[in-house]
Amino acid sequence: MSELLQFAFSGLTVGAVYALVALGFTLIYNASDVVNFAQGEFVMLGGMTTVFLSLAGLWLPLAAVLSVLLTVLVGLALYKFCIEPARGAAAVTLIIITIGASIFLRGVAQIVFDKRFHALPHWFGADPIKLGGASILPQSLVVLAGALIVVTALFWFFERTMFGKAVLATAANRLAARLSGINTDVVVGFSFGVSAAIGALAGILIAPITLTSYDVGTLLALKGFAAAMLGGMGNPIGAVVGGLAVGLLESLSAGLISSKYKDAIGFIVILFVLFAMPNGLFGKRSVERV
Amino acid sequence: MMGKYLNHPLAPVVGLAALVAVLPLVLPSAYYYRIAALVFISGLSAIGLNLLMGYAGQVSLGQAGFMGIGAYSVALGPSATGLPVWLWIGVGTVLSATVAFLVGRPILKLRGHYLAVATLGFGILLFMVFTNENQWTGGPDGMPVQRLELFGWRVRTGVEWYWVSGALMVVGAWVATNLIESPTGRAIRAIHDSEVAARSAGVDVARLKLVAFVLAAVYGSVAGSAYALLNGHLTPDVSGFIKSVELVTMVVIGGMGSIVGSVVGAAVLTVLPQALTVFHDYEHAILGLMIMLFMIFLREGIVPTLRRRLAGGGA
Repeated sequence: MSELLQFAFSGLTVGAVYALVALGFTLIYNASDVVNFAQGEFVMLGGMTTVFLSLAGLWLPLAAVLSVLLTVLVGLALYKFCIEPARGAAAVTLIIITIGASIFLRGVAQIVFDKRFHALPHWFGADPIKLGGASILPQSLVVLAGALIVVTALFWFFERTMFGKAVLATAANRLAARLSGINTDVVVGFSFGVSAAIGALAGILIAPITLTSYDVGTLLALKGFAAAMLGGMGNPIGAVVGGLAVGLLESLSAGLISSKYKDAIGFIVILFVLFAMPNGLFGKRSVERV
Repeated sequence: MMGKYLNHPLAPVVGLAALVAVLPLVLPSAYYYRIAALVFISGLSAIGLNLLMGYAGQVSLGQAGFMGIGAYSVALGPSATGLPVWLWIGVGTVLSATVAFLVGRPILKLRGHYLAVATLGFGILLFMVFTNENQWTGGPDGMPVQRLELFGWRVRTGVEWYWVSGALMVVGAWVATNLIESPTGRAIRAIHDSEVAARSAGVDVARLKLVAFVLAAVYGSVAGSAYALLNGHLTPDVSGFIKSVELVTMVVIGGMGSIVGSVVGAAVLTVLPQALTVFHDYEHAILGLMIMLFMIFLREGIVPTLRRRLAGGGA
C-alpha cells in the first residue's frame, strides 16, 4: 500500500509537468489550430536559462522570472516569424514548421548553453517528507502547487476577464470572433506567449528533481501531446487529467511491472482509450460538414 | 510539345531513372555514392508514406517502425536460420504488411491528430522493443548485419549499393505511379478530397485507407532492410520517432502527392545534414532554420511549388 502511494506521488509529480505541457498544446491549438511541437523546448528553455543565469551570479528567483520572460519572447517570436507568415498553410505544414522550430531551438541551446545535465537547487531542501508510509520530496509539492496555481489562474482568466472571453470566442469560431471586433491576431500571439510561460514555469519547477539539459524537450513534447490527445484535443480539463493520467500510468507500470517499457506504457493505454473513444476522454464528437 | 511528355503519368519515373543513370557522372568518390544510396533508400520509404499522406490524406508518425521491422528481419533472420539474406527482405515485407493490416484496422478509424498520436505510439512501442530486447537486438548499441548476396554477387561497396537502392527506388516509384493512375488509386485520392463524398460515391473508405497503410508499410520495410544491409550495422534509431518525423518532413518538404517530391525531400534531409557537419555545433540550428524557411516560403512543398511557378511562367 505504501508502495502504491510512493508510485502515485512520483507519478503525479511528473504528471503535473505533462499536464502543463498539454495545457500549452491546448491553448495554442484552440487559438490557432496549430499543434506546436516546440512546446517541449519552452520547458527546456525555462530550466536551462534559469540554470545559466544563476550560474552567472543572478539571484535565483530573479533568474527564474527573467527566464520565463525570455521564453515568452521566444514564443512570441515563434508566432510572429514562423507561424504568422505561413498563415493559411495546411495543418501538416504548420506542424513541420514547429518541428523545425524545435530542432532550431535545441540547436541554439546546445551552442548558447552546453550539452551537459544541470540541476537547480530544491526550493525547500531535499529532505523527503514522510506521508502515509511513503516519502515525498518538498519539491514535488512545489510542482503540484505550481501546476494547481497555473490551472486556477487560467480558469479565472477565461471565466472572469474580457480578454479571456475573447480568447474563448476565437477558439470557438475565428471568423465570428473577428466579425465581433476581436483582434484575433493578438489573441493567437497571446496564446503563444502564455503557452511559452507555462512551459518555462514547468521547466523551472521540475528541474531540481529530474535535471535539465538542452534535449529534454523532445520526450516532454511527445508525452504532453499524448496527454492532450488522451484528454481530448482542445479541452483544457482533458489536458490536465490526461497529463496526470499519463504520469501515473508510467510510474505505476514502472514500479509494478517493469521500467523497461515505461515510456511506451502511456502510449499503449492511449491506443486502447482511443479505440474505445476516438475523440479522447473529454473530446467532443466531431461532425464533418459536407 | 514538351508539356505533353512532362505531363505523362510515367514522366516522373523516367526522370528518376534517368537521374539514377546520369548521377554517377558527377559523383566524385565512393562516399558520395553512399550518400546517394541513402537518399534513394529514404526516398523509397518516403514514397510509401506519401501514398498514405499525400494521396489518402492520412498522417502517420510511425513509418519508421516498419523500417525497423524490415531492418531487424534481415539482421536477425539469416544468422538464426541460415536462410539467404534476400529471402529475409521478403519475410520482413510480409511481416510488416501483416502488422500494418492488423494494426491499421482499429487505428485508421481515428482522424487527424488522433491518428497521428496513435501511429506515434505504435512506432514508439516498436522502437522500445528493438531497444529493450537486447538479447536479440544488442540493445541501443546495435548489432552487425550480414552482407546481401544476390545470385553469387556480394553487394558490399557504396557504388554497388548505389545501383541496388537506385533500382529499388525507381521500381517503387513506378509501382506507386501505376497505383495512383489505377481505379483504386483514383478512389484513394477521392478519400483525400472528401471522405463523405467518396463514401457516397460508393468508395469503400475503410478498406482503401488500409490498402494505403499496408502499402506504406511495405515500402518502409523494404527501405529498412536496404538501410540495414547498406550500413552493415543496425541500431534501434532506424525505427525511432526522430526517423518517423524525418520521413514526414521529407514528404511535406518535397510536396505531398508528388512522387518526385518525396525523393527531393529525402535528398534535402539526407544531404543537408551531411553538408552541415562542416558547421559543427551550428548543424542543428541551421537544419531547423532551413526546415522552417522551406515550409514558410514553399508551403506546398518544393516540387509542386516549382511546377506551378514554371507553368505560371508561360512554359
